[in-house]
Amino acid sequence: MPKDGGIGASTKRREDVRFLTGKGRYTDDINIRGQAYAWFIRSDVAHGKINSIDSSAAEAMPGVVKVFTAADFAGVGGIPCGWQVTDRFGKVMQEPKHPVLADGKVRHVGDPIAVVVAETLEQARDAAEAVEIDITELPAVVNMKAALLPDSPKVHEELTSNLCYDWGFVEENKAAVDEAFEKAAHVTTLELVNNRLVANPMEPRVAVGDFESHSGQHTLYTTSQNPHVIRLLMGAFVLGIPEHKLRVVAPDVGGGFGSKIYHYAEEAFVTFAAKALNRPVKWTSSRSEAFLSDAQGRDHVTKIQLALDADNNFTALRTDTYANMGAYLSTFAPSIPTWLHGTLMAGNYRTPLIYVNVKAVFTNTIPVDAYRGAGRPEATFQLERLVDKAARELGVSPIELRRQNFIKPDQFPYQTPVAVVYDTGNYHATLDRVLEISNYAGFEARAAESKARGKLRGFGLAHYIEACGIAPSNLVGQLGARAGLYESASVRVNATGSITVFTGSHSHGQGHETSFAQVVAEMIGIDAGQIDIVHGDTSNTPMGMGTYGSRSLAVGGSAIVKATNKIINKAKKIAAHLLEASEGDIELKDGKFTVAGTDKSVDWVGVTLAAYVPHNYPLESMEPGLEETAFYDPSNFTYPSGGYACEVEVCPETGKVTICAFSAADDFGNIVNPMIVEGQVQGGLAQGIGQALMENCAYDENGQLLSGSFMDYAMPRADDFPMFTVDHSCNTPCTHNPLGVKGCGEAGAIGSPPAVVNAVIDALHRAGRTDIAHIDMPLTPSRVWSAMNA
Amino acid sequence: MQLTDQRDIKAPPATVWAAILDPDMLKAAVPGCESVVGSVEDGFEAVVVQKVGPVKARFTGMVKLSDIVPGESLTISGEGKGGPAGFAKGGAKVRFEAIPEGTRLSYEVEANVGGKLAQLGSRIIDGFAKKMADEFFERFQQAVEGPQEPDTPPEPVAEGEAAPEQKKGWIKRLLG
Repeated sequence: MPKDGGIGASTKRREDVRFLTGKGRYTDDINIRGQAYAWFIRSDVAHGKINSIDSSAAEAMPGVVKVFTAADFAGVGGIPCGWQVTDRFGKVMQEPKHPVLADGKVRHVGDPIAVVVAETLEQARDAAEAVEIDITELPAVVNMKAALLPDSPKVHEELTSNLCYDWGFVEENKAAVDEAFEKAAHVTTLELVNNRLVANPMEPRVAVGDFESHSGQHTLYTTSQNPHVIRLLMGAFVLGIPEHKLRVVAPDVGGGFGSKIYHYAEEAFVTFAAKALNRPVKWTSSRSEAFLSDAQGRDHVTKIQLALDADNNFTALRTDTYANMGAYLSTFAPSIPTWLHGTLMAGNYRTPLIYVNVKAVFTNTIPVDAYRGAGRPEATFQLERLVDKAARELGVSPIELRRQNFIKPDQFPYQTPVAVVYDTGNYHATLDRVLEISNYAGFEARAAESKARGKLRGFGLAHYIEACGIAPSNLVGQLGARAGLYESASVRVNATGSITVFTGSHSHGQGHETSFAQVVAEMIGIDAGQIDIVHGDTSNTPMGMGTYGSRSLAVGGSAIVKATNKIINKAKKIAAHLLEASEGDIELKDGKFTVAGTDKSVDWVGVTLAAYVPHNYPLESMEPGLEETAFYDPSNFTYPSGGYACEVEVCPETGKVTICAFSAADDFGNIVNPMIVEGQVQGGLAQGIGQALMENCAYDENGQLLSGSFMDYAMPRADDFPMFTVDHSCNTPCTHNPLGVKGCGEAGAIGSPPAVVNAVIDALHRAGRTDIAHIDMPLTPSRVWSAMNA
Repeated sequence: MQLTDQRDIKAPPATVWAAILDPDMLKAAVPGCESVVGSVEDGFEAVVVQKVGPVKARFTGMVKLSDIVPGESLTISGEGKGGPAGFAKGGAKVRFEAIPEGTRLSYEVEANVGGKLAQLGSRIIDGFAKKMADEFFERFQQAVEGPQEPDTPPEPVAEGEAAPEQKKGWIKRLLG
């Protein structure tokens, strides 16, 4: 029965009241008296030597305060990278310098060269045109394989080549994997591209820097998914500001999808300039700038092979992947194609031997980092396309080949050959469920109906596994992370019983203010309306690592549970004192403390009031007040999984693909707010199907970004999709966090691309075109038509 | 983008050759050209106003003649910077061949754009470059063949595509 509050209730999102009535307060809504405006001058060429910058004419223009160049940042640190990957030979990755403003060279279109700060934005933009920058264009390298040739231009002179690292995982398994391939009854090989994407959150990035000269206090308002991480990276590594003199605030943030995790040059710039000029400095990205300066996603080129025995059991898997880093290492870029990708290559299967090779490559393109799913969509896409291709080569059903090779429900916890241990899951259940909700049984009839209309109908299936709830700090430390990945919460109970929860997580569309309150309400038994969630300000929230990787409920929510348990324990002691009973006999239910087996009770407010008005209170043994902080460091990742089914119609004349139906059966463990979960899945599906059919970030051979606006970068719209069927009734709770939750934010974007492509290939094969083994995403009408007419 | 084409001009090769080295002739032939100054040896400095799709800009840049084999072939190359609009560069390898009717010009054109032009206008660059090249040689042909004086076009903007007037406000905002 649906609940009307607490865990499991589809409580409407309280934050939507302000978002839908225009009362959200975003970074661009923050205007500080006396602020100046920054306009970044960015490189038009992908690779070039800066011969000279003459800003004298610009500085004489009306309203111009100062023009900054790299010279102003002498002595300032570069933008740091937060993860150091060690390669297959035990060598650490090549890590280039990343100056705040380009110093001597530009390395991608959009690389910031100079910044004009003026009284108004218009004056800054006008003056930017008067800054004379003389650049000698150098040959650019865009293609990853070309970048690794000995005669390739080097993106960074100080490095030995454009190879960031050559990673092998698990290196010790390589020989055994190769041997298994030699013995295989069948080998399926697939080469594919995971297309580069632009995150395009609805709100472009904004940064406002402020400085108080009398106290030395800096404040940065920024569109960030993790203000504490920005404070640490920027404070310690770029500008050398101690944490107590740097406050970072990420207020309402209009979507991130990964692109707002990273520390960007613009944040360091406004913070630095606010002090240099002793006045606030504001920068607001235009959409065009977002295309040039936000970290982009995906961009893998892969060859993957599956070995099978005579009974169609998977015996080994190996991959060769080239992963584009772009021109510089964005904050978490090195970890994405390695630890967030290689460790997922077992997928839902019992493949005993796996070897993953990833070469990360520098090119003269915009940096690449995590984008919704981050490494896991790349892994899932390869694997699920490969299994589909194997089934077609062997003449067996892709559904049955999957079922046969799935990890069985009684095999959990399951140790994969790629390090991770899946705690729980039931892939057979999600497969059955997705076939049921997609009405697979009725597919042939629908295909016949499509055929009668001259359309080719296809059914595509994909399963995924992801690793969320990142992550055990000691483990990621061994893997090269330069940060811990715990989460934090402070629960402040007020005198009259209301509660303010300060979380280190950050909500930028996830609905934390609603779902986190539901957790605390459930634990104490009071109305969620009595509980507020505060996030996004380093001055009042405990040090937390922020929101990405579907981690917030699993890690941040667990910290809230821990802190709330401390509150309950203390409250029980107070109640025991008030009720003159033993603490062990006190029970908390529905916001009331009762002495077990009696009718003696005190309500929640009676206890909280006693804590703050401690007249009748055991002051000799207990402090007054009711406020607790907890840090939670997970002991494992969480492993959401699911089965996705896509049904398409392909128009044989034009190659246009229409999504007729899309069904998702996910296992997210326990669910706190089913409505929010459904919304997360729907949004993920939209982005995943967008990647599969429409979105593509394109560069020409000179490194010019060709898809630099929504005219050329096709963002999906509501009318590109049917209504999705989303189900999360199959759930195997996570065994190692107190909520039993797994995370749902990225699943849709991970599982959907292979389901779409598998459906299109199915449609073509059913029409007799079994020669078309693969089409690279996005499956635009032109690509599908070209494949059909090759 | 690359394209090759040819064009027959009713004038002897010597006349055509002399014309292509003449800055006034270049000015007349380059669509949207406002001025050309300089010499064959040092290169020409040109100001060209052009509109590529949504991007209209005044490009200032150098035009150079190289690989000169008198009377036979040369390479015209140019690079123009359009401020916030980005840049365009391109070149044409031109061969001169005597034919009974006069001179046959064969040319291979290559064009590249960068910055905002690439980000916003890449879809239409190929068509635009072809149109520019055709127009250049058309105007050059007219200028050489006469009898009419080489016209300075009344509207220096060669429209990449017909853009209604009311759209300009939007385009301006986009580039601001």
